[in-house]
Amino acid sequence: MENTQVSRVTLIVNGEPRATMIDNRMSVLDLLREKLGLTGSKKGCDHGQCGACTVLIDGRRANACLALAVAHDGADIRTVEGLADGAMLHPLQEAFIRHDAFQCGYCTPGQLCSAAGMLAEPGPSAVTDDLTADPALTPGEIRERMSGNLCRCGAYVNIVKAIGVVAGGEGGPA
Amino acid sequence: MRAFSYVRAASAAEAVSQYRPGAAYLGGGTNLVDLMRLGVAAPDRVIDVTRATGDAITEGGAGELRIGAGVRNSDLANHPIVRERYPLLARAVLGGASGQIRNIATVAGNLLQRTRCPYFQDVAMPCNKRVPGSGCQATAPGAETGNMAILGHTPFCVATHPSDMAVALTALGAHVHVTGPDGGRVIAMPGLHRLPDGMPERDTVLNPGELITEVELPPPPPGRSAYRKVRERASFAFALVSLAAVLDTGPDGLVRDCRLALGGVAHAPWRAQAAERGTLGLPATPETFARAAGEELRHARPLPGNEYKVTLARNLIVAVLGELAP
Repeated sequence: MENTQVSRVTLIVNGEPRATMIDNRMSVLDLLREKLGLTGSKKGCDHGQCGACTVLIDGRRANACLALAVAHDGADIRTVEGLADGAMLHPLQEAFIRHDAFQCGYCTPGQLCSAAGMLAEPGPSAVTDDLTADPALTPGEIRERMSGNLCRCGAYVNIVKAIGVVAGGEGGPA
Repeated sequence: MRAFSYVRAASAAEAVSQYRPGAAYLGGGTNLVDLMRLGVAAPDRVIDVTRATGDAITEGGAGELRIGAGVRNSDLANHPIVRERYPLLARAVLGGASGQIRNIATVAGNLLQRTRCPYFQDVAMPCNKRVPGSGCQATAPGAETGNMAILGHTPFCVATHPSDMAVALTALGAHVHVTGPDGGRVIAMPGLHRLPDGMPERDTVLNPGELITEVELPPPPPGRSAYRKVRERASFAFALVSLAAVLDTGPDGLVRDCRLALGGVAHAPWRAQAAERGTLGLPATPETFARAAGEELRHARPLPGNEYKVTLARNLIVAVLGELAP
């Protein structure tokens, strides 16, 4: 006989263990949105191409739509709802507001989580000249590293600016 | 998506023992989960191998580099040894997909992502790869052929393998370690991926149940190397044509060794051996490189609409070798 096609999983979501029974076909994105009521993470394409569903899985940014929840039993998930520290917004959230880095806002949760993950990712990118050095996050580096997040409003100019301010330190150069 | 049971394997041996027809191994899932959602893949059992194979990168006693099958693409590209000694590989990996996908995708999963085309991904269309014998929409009149193959294709299938990493591994002569129901073996690249012939449903030479456990890189070849990818937008797009190149010249300016692998042109990463031979012992000049590129691409058979790829591949070989020459 075939094994069961549902599973009980526990994911640590924004610091809290959340146990739930799921169909094995369920993505982390659908688990967050449909089972846990965390609708900050957005479903754009559901194919890993737009980045609107980006969350941090065990500290690394990932497309929640391509992650099967059953394969992430025990994983630590951080969503846009978990970026702020209580009433204090994450520096990226502050910078997105200050620099007008969104229009409709649909891609913004994914942009924020992606940027938070990206700022913690060391090493070169496809546009880095010297592979052996960790490059400064110039606008060109930020654009390349954020290419997995689409913005159909085209707010890229201010998204890059907002991330650059945070990357360069509070009030630093963009 | 078809319902499936889920098994998390703790070792390669356990994963293989859990395999049976209709099952699929799951790495990062960046291709498999998408294909399952599209209805292109429909396993009834998913065996999670992310904890079953190594996720470490270690130096071997003979100067080789051993890369666990479960190493994530971003960790591969960011590894100090890869950055310093195999820049060609680091460049290729960094040129692929997005930051999010590289964080999830594994080395073995990258190699075993499906060779594909838009008609393969559309279950409303005939496709010999998806449903053997159903036909090939990509060769039908009016088909969108812009990113189809120009080398090694057959009337049965003109799809291309989209990996950047596999192109670099093909140029570097990587060895792929596998285990399976009948034991282990080692497959040299090129040689893992197949040309379509009459069986496009098989992308690789792996037998059912075989699992990649490790990729072994020989010591880096002498000379200078480069990975160049041409695509329709600056980032997060498949290659139209890509090239992994290694060029070694002697003090006399003559070519001692040349390795060339093309991506985006065939059902498998394409080692351009005719072009390589065409440079050996000759002056490292644009004339030599142009003649050598012609030796390779005189075998090209473009489809109506992708003739540009022949010119692109030729120009890429000449330009990149020209930059690598002293």
